[in-house]
Amino acid sequence: MSGASLRRLTAAQLRDAFRAGSATSRAVTDELFAAIEHEDGVLGAWLYLRRDEALAEADRADARYATARAAGAAALNELPPLLGVPVALKDLVNLTGTPTTAGSRILEGYISPYDATIASRLKSAGAVILGKTNMDEFAMGSSTEFSAYKKTVNPWGIDRVPGGSSGGSSAAVAAFHAPLSIGTDTGGSIRQPASLTGIVGLKPTYGRVSRYGIVAFASSLDQVGPFARTAYDAALLLHAIGGADAHDATSSRTPLDDALLNLPNGDAAATAIRGKRFALPKEYFVAGMEPGVEGAVRDAVATLEAAGGVVEEVSLPSTEHALATYYIVAPAEASANLARFDGVRYGASKHGGGDLLSGYLETRGRGFGPEVRRRIMLGTYALSAGYYDAYYVKAQKVRTLIARDFDRIWSAGFDAIVAPTSPQVAWKFGVKMSDPVSMYLADACTLPVNMAGLPGVSIPCGLSEQLPVGLQLIGKPWSEAELLRISAGYEALTASAPWREVMPHDLSKLGGGAS
Amino acid sequence: MTWHAVIGIEVHVQLRTATKMFCSCAIPAEGDLPNSKTCPTCLGLPGALPVPNKAAIEKVLAVGSAIGAAAPATTIWDRKNYFYPDLPKGYQISQLDFPLAAHGSIEVTTSTGTSQVRIRRAHLEEDTARLRHEKGSDGRRSSLIDYNRSGVALLEIVTEPDIRDAETARRYAEELRLLLRTIGAADAEMENGQMRVEANVSIRPSEDAPFGTRTEVKNMNSFRSVEKAIAYEIARQAGILEGGGSVIQETRGWDEGSETTYTMRAKENSHDYRYFPEPDLPPLTITADWLSQIVAAIPEIPSVRRGRYVTQLGLSAYDAAVLVGEPHAAALFEAARSTDATIDVKTLANWVTGEYLRAAHDGAEAPDPAQFAALVGAVSRKDINGTTGKELFAELLNGPFDVRKAIADRGLGQISDQGALRALAAEVLAAHPQAREDWKAGKHQALGFLVGQAMKASKGRGDAAQLGEVIRALLDS
Amino acid sequence: MSELTRAEVERVAALARLGLTSDELGKLQGDLNLILEQWAHLADVDTSSVPPSAQTILQEMPLRDDIAEASLPADAALQNAPARSGDFVRVQAILSEEADG
Ligand SMILES: [Mg+2]
Ligand SMILES: [Zn+2]
Repeated sequence: MSGASLRRLTAAQLRDAFRAGSATSRAVTDELFAAIEHEDGVLGAWLYLRRDEALAEADRADARYATARAAGAAALNELPPLLGVPVALKDLVNLTGTPTTAGSRILEGYISPYDATIASRLKSAGAVILGKTNMDEFAMGSSTEFSAYKKTVNPWGIDRVPGGSSGGSSAAVAAFHAPLSIGTDTGGSIRQPASLTGIVGLKPTYGRVSRYGIVAFASSLDQVGPFARTAYDAALLLHAIGGADAHDATSSRTPLDDALLNLPNGDAAATAIRGKRFALPKEYFVAGMEPGVEGAVRDAVATLEAAGGVVEEVSLPSTEHALATYYIVAPAEASANLARFDGVRYGASKHGGGDLLSGYLETRGRGFGPEVRRRIMLGTYALSAGYYDAYYVKAQKVRTLIARDFDRIWSAGFDAIVAPTSPQVAWKFGVKMSDPVSMYLADACTLPVNMAGLPGVSIPCGLSEQLPVGLQLIGKPWSEAELLRISAGYEALTASAPWREVMPHDLSKLGGGAS
Repeated sequence: MTWHAVIGIEVHVQLRTATKMFCSCAIPAEGDLPNSKTCPTCLGLPGALPVPNKAAIEKVLAVGSAIGAAAPATTIWDRKNYFYPDLPKGYQISQLDFPLAAHGSIEVTTSTGTSQVRIRRAHLEEDTARLRHEKGSDGRRSSLIDYNRSGVALLEIVTEPDIRDAETARRYAEELRLLLRTIGAADAEMENGQMRVEANVSIRPSEDAPFGTRTEVKNMNSFRSVEKAIAYEIARQAGILEGGGSVIQETRGWDEGSETTYTMRAKENSHDYRYFPEPDLPPLTITADWLSQIVAAIPEIPSVRRGRYVTQLGLSAYDAAVLVGEPHAAALFEAARSTDATIDVKTLANWVTGEYLRAAHDGAEAPDPAQFAALVGAVSRKDINGTTGKELFAELLNGPFDVRKAIADRGLGQISDQGALRALAAEVLAAHPQAREDWKAGKHQALGFLVGQAMKASKGRGDAAQLGEVIRALLDS
Repeated sequence: MSELTRAEVERVAALARLGLTSDELGKLQGDLNLILEQWAHLADVDTSSVPPSAQTILQEMPLRDDIAEASLPADAALQNAPARSGDFVRVQAILSEEADG
């Protein structure tokens, strides 16, 4: 296998190559770091690289493969599926001894003294952790433009945003800087950048993946999930990080579905679509949706129908209130979650000049960027005396209505909801920066899913103006395996579609080394 | 003029647990280095999450049941938001609308009678870090933070404004402490800061007048200072009102040295704590099963036990109060009684409140209850005399042994046989002829001397009272 | 709901301990009012018989056994502190009138 092609392999292909001995984790890891070095000056996906540690992890994985190969097929099959497979972490995952910035100046210089549960699970799965990726500050944003550190571009058009807030993680996978990465999704921050960069992004059911060690944005909405280039790979990564965790009281003890490790592919996957019932919610085809996006999504729906799926239009009437509800609940929780950033125990501190109060005001006023300040203000206001019932309590009640909308779909026997992920393809830098409301609208199709705690996945379903369009599949609680099975089916059905031939830009030809 | 005080008490008490409320850090001990009992959760590091301590919740449910309070079917925690360097997350995890216990009461007995103090609520929350103040070489003042106590489980107990005088306030606090210790919920040592008492005090001209402006009194480090501080505050407010002034709503500290209260901070700009349900913790269901297991394990509470000792056992109210006042003393009393149903309870009570509590005060562990009962039985039957009993008791504190066997083997039985006593008396009279002369000359202390000599000769086993009779008879003959 | 005044914006910023410039406060006042306008329709949703949901995927609260585990080594606990004094974290003196309970 030629060195130049390793970086384009999927996690499953890498695993098979490692087992067969036709490639080493060391070689892949080397190649990825070389690509990052040559291309990240343009891409801007990475905030921190851990080359030495990653190479050591790769060598350890290679040694385990060699030993197992000598012992026979049974020993190889017992190795964890992600052994030696490189993974990138969004820079809000704590990893001992590495910086965690959450994209914010206020955490500049912070070195984590502990591992997030998912970090320790990835370590014990033998994954190679390449480094940390760029993001909107504290995951607040839909374009990664609110990172305090750098601009991340979309590999499909370098004058365009990669989506957000997990834009660094999605761009890294789309640009073949990593086969897998970790994102978080509070209102769409995995699915929307996956859609905009043409990859697979899964937000699991709330409670499926531990939040311990993940810098919190909105505790009742945040979920950690995988980015990958195939549904199969996303399933492998979810299986490695998911499951109950004693350190997170909101993590579920509902067992992980072992079907995640045995997703069908090819014809078997395509056949599995037959007889599935899909709900198509009319409210998700929102005003302002780009015609090319709507066309690609409706084509995808037609493909599912042609394969024997049953599609019915449904109504989720509370959808129109989801945006307002989300922008009360999420900032309210964030205003408390971000109170700990006070410059006393860690982070960039402005204490020491004047009195204690001015230390707080300066640290927080200067440490947080404009979008984070805006949301802290919103949330503080919504919780403050005299406004709590009108805003926070009201929003929590409407949240109940949103969840009931979805419950009715499942009661009616649907297997999944199909919808657009983003009403638009990747937009150009700057166009939404000045108008918060238009930026918040970018998540209109994804955030109701967070309000209800449901799993959702975005998979590539075509192009509009040569830019990727995402199809969103939403499932009932704990149905990640089913969503990924359907996704794998759709991948099989469209494997030879012309749009699959179109690739993101080859960044190595655009020049610009690591910054 | 006579003023009528209205007092409400708010107590924060550290629960007796091995670990903190929301993390597995051990409770800091005396001598721990600063910041040595901390973890991502109790330091409020980015990404850390709380997981509640089951034992802490069970202890609060037990307290609730012991004070006759109701537990909610479901409870949640709330975030109480404010900024302060001792509060690492910028919010305290506390309980607002669904406290683990609501609407109970505690019976309090004072010099003037017995009354019920109603408890409004008791809830579970986390403690803050400790601050120490320092003046640097540049003259700037700074605060040093030790997060060891951050996250320790605290029970907050709030009364209704039912208390009318300083003595009742003190007795309430003492009774609450005793209750917490009796059911094993807390050690509640005020001196160590494990129990913090704050009082809301106001006065009014008559019992049916509306409440006056209240002050909140803090920094009372002993039960004595609770009573003194409240009495002082009542008098201070009365002085202001009688002088034509008005009481300002404020927080006042008790100064132990001058025995006065002082302004800690003037009426705070009304806090806006922005409470909202803690999204990191799902609701907790308190099942009837769980609750009944907890209730079944609660020992008899002090007020009930005192009543039983007086009415059923015939102990004096004083003895009952002393016994029940120390949970370990009551435990020894009960355990000894359970090994010997026929034991004389008054003698047993005397030995527990006397010899045992004295020894316990000096650090002794409780003796083996069965052997202790055997010892007290031997004394009450006059098998041995008090002196021998005390010697055996001292031995028993070092570890159990068969008391009855020791009395028989070592011949410790009390000498009460008249013949033997007369022989002893004759022996000492012969040895001390001068004493007989003294007695005849009217020196009555000679008798005491001779009894002492006879006791010595008996190696302490003689019945001193009978010996006295016998010797006097011989002297006078 | 009525418009947020400049004074209210200042009050909220103070509650949130955000030290902002006059320009920043002015911009925020505009942004917040724009956003609040978008929220206004919520008031018309009939929620009279709807319970609030703090979470929509309901879990049982797991409780932790009261067994101590190792704390962080003190140097790890303190490694990020901007100012220290020995084993303590240090900040500017706390003025009593700021004290909260
Ligand atoms: Mg409290
Ligand atoms: Zn801890």
